[in-house]
Amino acid sequence: MFHYDFMQNAFAAGTIVAVVSSLVGYFLVLRRQTFAGHALAHAGFTGATGAVLVGASPIWGMALMTVAAGIGMGAQNERIAHRDVAIGIVLAFALGLGLLFLHFFTSYATEATALLFGNVLAVDATTVWTLLALGLASLTLLAGISRPLIFASLQPELAEAKGVPLRLYSMLFLAIVALATAECAQIVGVLLVFALMVGPAAAAQALTTKLTSGLLLACLLGLLETWAGITFAFYTDWPTSFWIASLSAAIYAIATLSQGQASRVIGPRRAVATHTNLSA
Amino acid sequence: MSAVQFHNVTLELGGRTVISNVSVSIAAGEFVGMLGPNGAGKTTLMRAILGLVPAAQGTILVLGRPPARGNPVIGYVPQLRSNAGALRLSGWDFVAAVIDGHRPGLPLLSKNARAAVDRALDLVRARDLAARPLSETSGGERQRLLIAQALVGSPRMLLLDEPLTNLDPHHQQAIVNLVRSVQAELGITILFSSHELNPLLGVLDRVLYLGSRQAALGPVDEVITSPILSRLYGSKIEVIRARGHIFIVSGSHEIEHGPHRHPEAAPSFQRT
Repeated sequence: MFHYDFMQNAFAAGTIVAVVSSLVGYFLVLRRQTFAGHALAHAGFTGATGAVLVGASPIWGMALMTVAAGIGMGAQNERIAHRDVAIGIVLAFALGLGLLFLHFFTSYATEATALLFGNVLAVDATTVWTLLALGLASLTLLAGISRPLIFASLQPELAEAKGVPLRLYSMLFLAIVALATAECAQIVGVLLVFALMVGPAAAAQALTTKLTSGLLLACLLGLLETWAGITFAFYTDWPTSFWIASLSAAIYAIATLSQGQASRVIGPRRAVATHTNLSA
Repeated sequence: MSAVQFHNVTLELGGRTVISNVSVSIAAGEFVGMLGPNGAGKTTLMRAILGLVPAAQGTILVLGRPPARGNPVIGYVPQLRSNAGALRLSGWDFVAAVIDGHRPGLPLLSKNARAAVDRALDLVRARDLAARPLSETSGGERQRLLIAQALVGSPRMLLLDEPLTNLDPHHQQAIVNLVRSVQAELGITILFSSHELNPLLGVLDRVLYLGSRQAALGPVDEVITSPILSRLYGSKIEVIRARGHIFIVSGSHEIEHGPHRHPEAAPSFQRT
């Protein structure tokens, strides 16, 4: 299957995106901001359709819009209550606006499907290079801020006392998430970003309690799901995004189930802990 | 030299005056328990010492210097509000997050840094417990990890913000004794805020009681008295001493215990 150019491009793009989104996703799950990632993808839809409307490249429109939305979200006060509601409402508005842009370009129905559900087999060589550049940029930035980001995610009050500017890191991180989301949408589309960004990371966190092995495992699972998804799509002619989403769900289910098994083995200890909590 | 010195200090939070014109001085090596009703400013006072809340008036000195964010001489145990408790991350990795946590870069740990984490875990006897994920630790075990995290970097003063909340009496006493033994071993100053006085009675050098924007600092027998507490609460307070316990009563009900206590648990005289 590697005789075909489109398959080479698909594997190259899939590899880049799997690495970027599973590593970024690990932090997203650690910070419990997965819904924000989902919402950013929807903002990206508006950006992409808007870009098409003015004759620009959808991927840049998407990246621009998601980064702007990510920085805006990160600038919000952490303690604002009902943040999920605010994010959800902006998400719906973004999708509605994207629909309006599409309405003006009725001839782009296939473009809409590609944006919503992805079409990795249609990725050309130029897009692969764009993905590589964006991916390297977001991973470099992520590596640069990873230590204070972990500290701020685990112990925000202590991190603040130690001089970590929480809001700055929150904004920088969501900007990175935004770039990763725009990349991820090229493979699985805006609606299924969760599958590739959150699935492998959440499964990895269920399977290992160590930070470094968790990051590595998330990366490996992301690559496995993407490569297998593209391969299955090639032989079945079913959509790649379907396969990736299904593999992501299956691996997450197996990971959480095996975690349940492990907890049952150490059951008595947990029972004691629960008992003391109740008596407090 | 004083560990903490407040001279005519007024602290404000969101336009509200939390404490007004307070002057207190905590000596180095002291174990001070900080008490007072909700909203009396216990957390704000700690945040002022940490350099996170500036004094609206007056001067604060921490080991002879003005408060500054990131001051390495202070170890801080905040209330565990974040989602960390639900994570399947190991306690060891959680504690290690504090190492150079304010500096950009990759979270790679040197041999010395790993040794520093192990040393802090040994101080609170949590080396074994640190291998388990946080989601499978009890409240008391999690507090020990938080204290270990605060001890990384050899601070000379430890601020603990309500570490006894949501613990049963047995585990409360275990945490208090642990902090006391750490203090004895390292010779550091302790400022320990709590809703409850009784678990701290055996270890306190002095008590700092906050209320009505004022503060009283002194030995338990001098501060926990009807006139002083009535002034701090702004209402008539009675202090009852029985069997080595102290009960602070307003009208007919005991007010010292936190909101996690059931009213029917108030006549704790039955406790031996």
